[in-house]
Amino acid sequence: MNTRLTSPTQAVLIGPDQPFIIIGERINPTGRKLLAAEMAAGNFERVRKDALAQVAAGAQMLDVNAGVALADEPALLAEAVRVVQSVTAVPLSLDSSVVAALAAGLAAYQGKALVNSVTGEDERLDTVLPLVAQHGAAVIGVANDETGISEDPAVRFAVAQKIVARAESFGIPRADVLIDPLAMPIGAVRYAGAALLTLVRRLHEELGVNTCCGASNISFGLPDRAGLNAAFAAMAIGAGLTSAIINPLEPDVRRSIQAADALLGHDENCARWIAAARERVAAQPAAPASAQAAAPAAAPAPRSRPRPRPGSAG
Amino acid sequence: MSERREELLDELYNHTLNGEAEPVVALTHEALALGIPAVEVLFDGLIPALEEVGRLFEEGTYFVPEMIIAAKAMRAAMTILQPLIAQTGAKPLGVFVMGTVKGDIHDIGKDLCNIMLEGAGFKVIDIGVNVAPEAFANAIRTHHPDALGMSAFLTTTMPMFKVNIDYLTSLGLRDQTLIYVGGAPVTAEYAQKAGADGYAPNGSALVRDLKARLKITA
Repeated sequence: MNTRLTSPTQAVLIGPDQPFIIIGERINPTGRKLLAAEMAAGNFERVRKDALAQVAAGAQMLDVNAGVALADEPALLAEAVRVVQSVTAVPLSLDSSVVAALAAGLAAYQGKALVNSVTGEDERLDTVLPLVAQHGAAVIGVANDETGISEDPAVRFAVAQKIVARAESFGIPRADVLIDPLAMPIGAVRYAGAALLTLVRRLHEELGVNTCCGASNISFGLPDRAGLNAAFAAMAIGAGLTSAIINPLEPDVRRSIQAADALLGHDENCARWIAAARERVAAQPAAPASAQAAAPAAAPAPRSRPRPRPGSAG
Repeated sequence: MSERREELLDELYNHTLNGEAEPVVALTHEALALGIPAVEVLFDGLIPALEEVGRLFEEGTYFVPEMIIAAKAMRAAMTILQPLIAQTGAKPLGVFVMGTVKGDIHDIGKDLCNIMLEGAGFKVIDIGVNVAPEAFANAIRTHHPDALGMSAFLTTTMPMFKVNIDYLTSLGLRDQTLIYVGGAPVTAEYAQKAGADGYAPNGSALVRDLKARLKITA
């Protein structure tokens, strides 16, 4: 079952038999003081640059968050959506916990957006889901409810079931509901990684929904976060995770995702893996002239057909 | 026609190099419709492309999937060309029997060699994996190959080279064909000790060596 998201010129499919979808996380003023100040002042230059850089780095979608304290978030999110759509063609995820901001973002968005997010709390479900249905959008359901975030994957699974059922009652098909299994920091919660993998597997096999995870949180508070994030991405994809909101500018994670796609058979003829490997070689700083001769060519150089010699067949 | 001929063969070459079967098939039909003989499509378009694929693979620029899709593209064209070439009575460069020795089921290396042999214009008879000495002997009696290739991927199955060759000798078949051995752990020195005529580290090298021994210059 695929979740289809669109912009005026592009469509992205999220699903268990599709390449893993990277949703770029960078357009988010939380913890980025400079970006927050600029957005509050109506300066979207950095938003533009972040959008382009993430798409260039391989993001197939972008998350857009305009949660600046004490600012008019609905207006900012709508403007951010317009700005990002003016410079890139990838579909967007509209990220806010403010319902009015989601409404303004959806109104400004061209195409079928992903709404990020709704929790399993009744009050949230009954305000966000009608909005999603009205715009024919898709939505991320976060597997927590009024009782908080359970460490027990069985409890989170039950919350996910509730979200899917409620969405269907509003006319939103299951294919348009992605469940966020909630990555918690393993530095604080010992079995957070293991529990998440169990949950992702169940969501895929039993509930038949696609999943989207803010994956960087898993390594919070630990050294070498890139190493953990990269390993986690591959493990979660192996368990059935279909998309994640992450930083595509992080090369280790990107490489791990590309490898997971190839290993699962989601990369025909390993073509994207080979192309990425060639790009990495090409991007390496120039070696001294003597070493260059021995280095393998970064990409096949243009070649031409040898002309037949006189006397050869034909 | 001659200008369009060169253009068509260039396109055929490039699409084969990129492993794009669909345009290769379309261009093959187009070339034939234009009156280019099937043999020329093969020898001036497809075979040079596969030779280049082999060279790129050998130098580490091309990878296994790229070699496989190039071979698939060429095979798609060959299903069109083969009957036409057969009508002209043109013969393959030679016949090659290939198999993986008894006790060993590795086939990728063998298949990559087959790709390069077919790509060069040889007729390949692949007798599969886990091939018993008797089956190698039967293949020589049935197909009268110019050369026979034995593949082994394990140090524990490599001794089958010598077992097979000794068996063929005992039947008087040893000298009826060239015998090549190969596989990841195999070396030229080991091949010689096993009593083989030749060894090649990859498909391109095999084709070069075989052509030299059969005195094929094209």
